[in-house]
Order: sequence, then C-alpha cells, then structure tokens
Amino acid sequence: MILAVASGKGGTGKTTVSVNLARQLGSGVQLLDCDVEEPNTNLFLDCTEPEEEIFGIPVPCVDEALCDGCGECGRFCQFHAIVSFGTKPVIFPEMCHGCGGCMAVCPKRAISEVSQRMGLIETSRSGNITLIQGRLDIGVSMAPPLIRAVKARLQDGMPAILDAPPGTSCPVIATLRGTDMVVLVTEPTPFGLHDLKLAVDMVRELRIPFGVVVNRMGIGDDRVYAFCGKEGIPILLEIPYDRRIAEICSRGELIVDALPEYSSLFATLLWNIKELRGMERRASYVRSAN
Amino acid sequence: MKIAFSTSGETLEAPLDSRFGRAPKFILYDLERDYFEVIDNRQNLNTSQGAGIQSAETIARSGVGCIVTGHCGPKAFRVLSAAGIAVYNCGEATVADALKAFREGTLKTMDSADVEGHWI
Repeated sequence: MILAVASGKGGTGKTTVSVNLARQLGSGVQLLDCDVEEPNTNLFLDCTEPEEEIFGIPVPCVDEALCDGCGECGRFCQFHAIVSFGTKPVIFPEMCHGCGGCMAVCPKRAISEVSQRMGLIETSRSGNITLIQGRLDIGVSMAPPLIRAVKARLQDGMPAILDAPPGTSCPVIATLRGTDMVVLVTEPTPFGLHDLKLAVDMVRELRIPFGVVVNRMGIGDDRVYAFCGKEGIPILLEIPYDRRIAEICSRGELIVDALPEYSSLFATLLWNIKELRGMERRASYVRSAN
Repeated sequence: MKIAFSTSGETLEAPLDSRFGRAPKFILYDLERDYFEVIDNRQNLNTSQGAGIQSAETIARSGVGCIVTGHCGPKAFRVLSAAGIAVYNCGEATVADALKAFREGTLKTMDSADVEGHWI
C-alpha cells in the first residue's frame, strides 16, 4: 500500500505524522520525502550516509548547421522554452518541461536533448525505514519532474509513505497521483479548516480514499470536527497540543521513541488506516459487483 | 520604421508602462506614416512565468524595429536581441512624451537587461 500524507496548510505536522508512522510500522517501509523544495525528513532519523544520484530533465540543444529557422519548435512549445523567429532558436532551459515535443516536430532533425540538472535524489536507511528524498537545486522552480523521479524509485511489495509538500498545487498532485490512500493533516483552527477544505476538494477530484488527522488538539475551535462530521470524513487520529511534543520535534526526535506515553497514538493511526483501507476495498468490491 | 511602446492605454496620451513583460498593451507607431495601432498583451498579465518571453515574441512578430519601455528583464532581452530589436529605456510619463524623446534622439538603447525577472 502507498499512503500519502498531505495537508492544505503548511506546518500542520505532515512530516511528524509520516516519520512516526513509518517507525511505528516496525517492518520494512519506504519513506519518500516529496517536499523536494525543502526536504527535512532526514532531520528526524539517524540515517546512513545517503547515496546521491543527480537528476536532470532533457532540454533541447539545436545544431545551428541543420536549423533553417522555420520556427516549428517555438510554435509547438506552450511553455515558451524555445523561441524562434527565422533565426537560431533561443532556448530557456529553466522554462522547459522536458516533453521532447520540439525535437519531435523539427523537420530538419536539428534538435537533440541534453540533460539539465534539477537536483538530487538521496537514498539512505534508518532501521526499518528506507528514506528516499528529492532535493531540488536552488533556483530551480519546477518540482513535479523530480517528485516523479523520487516516486519512480518505489519498490513493489514494500509499503510506502509519501510525505507531500503543503498546498494543493502541481507538486502535491504529482505526489498524490497513484497512491492508495491519503491522510490529510490539519489543525483545529479557522486557517487549518480553510485549507483542509481545499485539500478535501483536491483529493476527491483525484478519487483517492482519505481520512483526517487533527494535530494540536485543544487549540482553536470545533469547526474542523463539524466539517468532517457533515462531510462524512473519518478522523483517524487526534494529536494533543502538548509542549513536550513540540520540544522533541524541535530536537529532531520521534514521538514514538521519546514519549512512550504517546506511542499508542501512532499504533491507533495505523489501525485506523488499515480499517479504512479494508472498508474502501469492500466498498469498491460491492461497486464492481453491482 | 515602426516602434513599439509599452502602455496601459490606447492613445498617445496614455501612460508609458514601465513594465515590458506585463504591459497590458503595446502601441505600434509608424514613423513614416505618422500612424499607430494598438495590440493587446493581456494574455500575459496572469501567467506566472514567461511573460517577458511571450511579450518579446509578440513584439518580434509585430514587425517593429525597436521597443521603448521602462524596464526589460533578462529573458525578454535575450529574445528581443535574437530578433534584432533594439530596446530603449525611457522614464517619460506618456507615450507621446516618449515618442518625442525618441524623435529628438535623447533615448539610450540598453545593451543588457536592466532588471531581474519578476522585479515588480
């Protein structure tokens, strides 16, 4: 099973939930930090030295001797990464999405591809956890290709937890696509609720089963609960608002290791996720039987 | 020769827009015939990236020899250079004032971008 941990609002506790859940699982699990603009999951784990792999996307390179300046490449490119006015095309590698379209439409076959570095994929281990992190280079703005590359490292047959970036934009969609279930982490505040609603709309659009984890239980108000009740969204766990949790997180430690009194939280979450997964499977069986 | 001005209006009295990439309109002025036309550039106002490139493409396809604007970013400047279009930097308030300054020869051409992308 591939589980994604997402949120609308940033700073709700996605990484805290992901990393503690991975440790709680006990058996072999893949943990993917898909927040490639600022990966931080490694800070919570004593990891082996990471194996680094350079990731790049193919961008066009024009052979001037072959190019007759027809401009087909520029007309094709929707991202304005290649522009031509009867002259040698001007290329903006930072705008290129690596689709290869310009190369395909070039009548003179003057375009080849070169790799443009975007970032690193780091793989390391910590006990039962295999951590795969994407790390976008500074100044690179396109996260989805690197996120897809991180996900392509997933091995079949071993469960995976994907720590998503915050928000509801392309990097999050790239993370959530193809996952079996999503946990949306929120906090019971007006801001948390506002962004939770956006995240719920997104996950429903993607048709992925999901539940909610309420973090910092005890602050704010009860509107998150009212919303989930009205929408029939299961609340999988509540994490109390407790200074000790904040302290161990800021030290880069795990709740399940450092606070034994709270270790049952993540056992409960694991149980509820399995229950929800079972219910979804039965429901989908009934749907297909009908 | 035709010259382009970045603007938010449709007359010569309209303000010269200091932005090139995200200027709402361009006035294309024909110096020989003392006649101008207005082209729309609104498609670019809401793009998150590449507004300068698209505006530069629009200008290059319009057949002008030069563009008079407030500021020009690096991507737009590369496209305009490749298309052989001179970029004149101008602080005048209106298109008419900018046209007058151009005719008097007081405007200077830019030899590189004078602002970073997304400067405003």
